[in-house]
Amino acid sequence: MAAPVTRAEVLKIYKTMLRESSKFSFYNYRMYAVRRVKDAFREQKAVSDTSEIQQHLLEAHRFLDIIKRQVIVGDLYKFDKLVIEVKNNEKN
Amino acid sequence: MACRNVNVHNLSKLIRYFSQKTTEQETKVASRMGFLKGKPLYLDAQATTPLDPRVLDAMMPYMTHSYGNPHSRTHMYGWESEEAVETARQHISNLIGANPKEIIFTSGATESNNLAIKGIAHFYGAKKRHIITTQTEHKCVLDSCRALEGEGFEITYLPVCSTGIISLDELESAIRPDTALVSIMAVNNEIGVKQPIKEIGKLCKSKKVFFHTDAAQAVGKITVDVNDQNIDLMSISGHKLYGPKGIGALFVRRKPRVRLEPLQSGGGQERGLRSGTVPTPIVVGFGEACRIAKEEMEYDHAWMIKLSNLLLEKITKTLPEVVRNGDDVHTYPGCLNLSFAFVEGESLLMALKDIALSSGSACTSASLEPSYVLRAIGADEDLAHSSIRFGFGRFTTVDEVEYTAEKCIKHVQRLREMSPLWEMHQEGIDIKSIKWSQH
Repeated sequence: MAAPVTRAEVLKIYKTMLRESSKFSFYNYRMYAVRRVKDAFREQKAVSDTSEIQQHLLEAHRFLDIIKRQVIVGDLYKFDKLVIEVKNNEKN
Repeated sequence: MACRNVNVHNLSKLIRYFSQKTTEQETKVASRMGFLKGKPLYLDAQATTPLDPRVLDAMMPYMTHSYGNPHSRTHMYGWESEEAVETARQHISNLIGANPKEIIFTSGATESNNLAIKGIAHFYGAKKRHIITTQTEHKCVLDSCRALEGEGFEITYLPVCSTGIISLDELESAIRPDTALVSIMAVNNEIGVKQPIKEIGKLCKSKKVFFHTDAAQAVGKITVDVNDQNIDLMSISGHKLYGPKGIGALFVRRKPRVRLEPLQSGGGQERGLRSGTVPTPIVVGFGEACRIAKEEMEYDHAWMIKLSNLLLEKITKTLPEVVRNGDDVHTYPGCLNLSFAFVEGESLLMALKDIALSSGSACTSASLEPSYVLRAIGADEDLAHSSIRFGFGRFTTVDEVEYTAEKCIKHVQRLREMSPLWEMHQEGIDIKSIKWSQH
């Protein structure tokens, strides 16, 4: 039987995923990743079954690895920013 | 000159420095002149969708070290590629409720449509020489039918009603004893209308006619189940569901067996229906895209509804005389086709150059002719000329949609102010009743 997952553990992976997602250099991927991570954790908030939480946590780690790798791939090639980003930068 | 002593390494640094300077300056000039302030936003999801990063992640190993030919039976390289291809096939069949053996990989929906229509016609052509399709099909279906007409087949092009949906009664009366195939698309690529696939499937089954559907715009976006909907053949495209380009599939029912004549001869891959080495990396990507689509369908669909309602609400709240082409209810929300009266679609597209939009299908976007789909639904010539298609995807953001709505409203208002016809309309003159005299 696996040890129960602590709240701190879940919070930690959640924050790491958000931080890594916000590193996508392509605007649309970045916005989607952040939105999807937030919604996924919100959806699974009510889950109380230990083994199910364990399963979700494993999945989250797998996703974190994908995000990290794809952020690197995205950084390898330079491309122009979108109009909407340029506009937002000007505003700030 | 100082440059003469610079070694190669420094030289390349220098080149980079100066070229960066020039681009910086170019960008500055461009932004001063009011154009090229960054890359346009992408709102043309019916033409193609960006590759999902998760899909690329699944593809990478097969684009690098796992390069075996999936048909090689004598070594490890072949086995691992074959396994990956079969897993992908499983994901695709799961998404549409089929058996993996019923999936034939092709180069895309165009090839699938060709294979289905010509394959059926050629196999059963000795006795059955009639095919039914609709006027709003994709070009590749219409063109395949045209080619068959040249070979002596008879084709019925069913009309659609003003919402873009076919009439089941008309379909029933069009079916003849020698009808081989009914080919009707699931979701229209220009107006997003959903056809009553389940009812059509039931009708075709009762009449013992094969039913093919071009579901390139439907699979992965709305629920498609080949058994529940009695579909015999179905075309799928990879790049419309966040997968790679150059890959698609044709579902070919095994029970009761649907037989086809292949388009190309060769090594007999894909049950002999589509010879040629199966391209492992993009097949893996296609499979992963289907797996994700199944998991995310509900989530993505809710997002599409949110975005499409937002855009429609924003635009119709401010702008009068905006017509939505196609059905309001039986529609895929990720595709919104609007006609702005008194505004020419091409001019609006030019004005909205910082948003990637289209007035219809990408295949016909080069011509200035109004779309044949809009003509088929009976849109007036002037409204057909003023249509724009907004296509949303998983990666579209609320900010992008708000920006688009804002720009769209601004330019439609500007173009209308310039139009004498709009002025006359405002004064209550019925433009259609005017008899224009030629000089």
